[in-house]
Amino acid sequence: MTTARESSALPVDPTGTAGAAASLNGSAGGSALVVEHLSKRFGDRVAFDDVSFEVAYGEVFGFLGPNGAGKTTTVRTLGTLIAPSSGSATVAGIPLTAANGPAIRARISIMPESPGLYQRLTVMENLQCFAGLYELDDVRGRIDRALRAVNLADRAGDQCGALSKGLRQRVALARALLNDPAVLFLDEPTSGLDPVATREVHELITALRKQGVTIFLTTHQLGEAERLCHRVAILSTTLRLIGRPDELRERLFRPSLDVRLRVPLDDPKAVLGAVPEVESWEQAPSGYTLTVTDPERAAPQVARALVSAGADILSLGESRHSLEDVYLELVDEDVEAQRR
Amino acid sequence: MNVRPVSFSWTRVGAIFHKELRDYRRNRFVVVFTMSILPLIFIALPIVQLFTIPADIASSRLDTRIGLSMLYMLLIPAIVPSALAAYSVVGEREQGTLEPLLITPIRSEELLIGKALAALAPTLAVAYAIFGIFLAATALFAHPNVDSAVFSSSHLLIQLLFTPLIAGWSIWVGIAISARSSDIRAAQQLSVFASLPPLVIVALMSMNVIAPSTGLAVGLAAALLAIDGLAWRAVATMFDRERLITGS
Repeated sequence: MTTARESSALPVDPTGTAGAAASLNGSAGGSALVVEHLSKRFGDRVAFDDVSFEVAYGEVFGFLGPNGAGKTTTVRTLGTLIAPSSGSATVAGIPLTAANGPAIRARISIMPESPGLYQRLTVMENLQCFAGLYELDDVRGRIDRALRAVNLADRAGDQCGALSKGLRQRVALARALLNDPAVLFLDEPTSGLDPVATREVHELITALRKQGVTIFLTTHQLGEAERLCHRVAILSTTLRLIGRPDELRERLFRPSLDVRLRVPLDDPKAVLGAVPEVESWEQAPSGYTLTVTDPERAAPQVARALVSAGADILSLGESRHSLEDVYLELVDEDVEAQRR
Repeated sequence: MNVRPVSFSWTRVGAIFHKELRDYRRNRFVVVFTMSILPLIFIALPIVQLFTIPADIASSRLDTRIGLSMLYMLLIPAIVPSALAAYSVVGEREQGTLEPLLITPIRSEELLIGKALAALAPTLAVAYAIFGIFLAATALFAHPNVDSAVFSSSHLLIQLLFTPLIAGWSIWVGIAISARSSDIRAAQQLSVFASLPPLVIVALMSMNVIAPSTGLAVGLAAALLAIDGLAWRAVATMFDRERLITGS
């Protein structure tokens, strides 16, 4: 079995909203998603293989991976559009089987990458159609609430074909919120949007997160995942890594300090090698990157050593590895493995 | 966990039906060509043919000429819905609206019934309206011999009975082709051809090759109704969400 480096489901809620979410969704206890050894093959082609993870109610879970990694296929499988080749899953508390398809789809929503709106129909007419498909009560009230949630209350009468791409994406999000889903799948929600529209979608997702909506967000925009998600998983056909963004950084990168100097040291080995907390160092542009055991203890020692050696320190601080660094590290590993 | 099965819902059928009708109304091709120009072509020919029938024509030839005229009008329920039905699935796919639709709780049967009724309703409205115009023109302007022959019960029965049944066949064949096709134009061309076979029997009856009688017409209509019902089940069975979404 290929597993993520750490597949512990963390019903951790860094923002303290998970409890509220559970009560909002009427799904207190249990997990919103439980996926066990799920695989999908199309003939000889493996879309994703042996994927296992859990998502807690109220959690925003990022699903990252390069193009073709199997993210969208995973979403479609969990949304009962595609039958898995093997493995099992529970979606919103319902076992993933063909017979349970309509019941699962009634409890979740998926916002596909393309908004898929009826262009000749107005925003209101699009939403009315979907309210009917979910057999919702109080259709008008629900549509009003969904439109207010995406700041489109004044555009209900607009024809969808006349809306900008960003506005269409917001209508698609309103549509996905209509049935008050137990799990909301957002598949590349900012794909192809300009920076302003992207920021608007991020703000909407942040607002949903605050309301405790369980969100499964697939993206290859790492900043987006880092900003919005409680936990992320990195998929590259198999699940490579899962955890909180800061955990992933710690897991992949040893603690280090970045030092920028006006002039490089004449004998770095003599200066840096004498600091007990420094394990190793390497030359970096305009300075050094030092691998240390504890950045907080190492930093003052390094500063004193450098000053004693007469170095002009421009900056000294703990290295900040982004989720992008984590991602690229894994992707590079994959490329290396393929070369071998 | 006990999962309550999601049963067949007319609310979901209604949602699809209303959405389709709204979409048709705003689609210039459907309104102008399919619902207006095409039916006008099919009424112009039979009326012209009817008015050129000589007063002293033999009764057997009169029946054949009238049968031929009325057959033109049965092309309306065959061809008009085939264009709509052929668009129904592959059109949604090309617009990118199929996936959002399929991720709702809608069952394949509900989706198909909604689409079929939405194609049937305007077809019946147009076909019966055109037939009404044809009858009015006959009553007002045709020779009395022709008039009485057109208003004979067998011709009227064939027209009234077979219009929805031919449309039903045409719709299910069109949807089946649409569900398996990846190109709208190809689907529409194939659907038009596939919609024509039931017209052969009607043509033979209209032109008295098969002696028309009320019993025969009702029997054939019942058979066509059964075929329409089976076609619905067959299309629902072959409606493969995975293939439609992934294209593989």
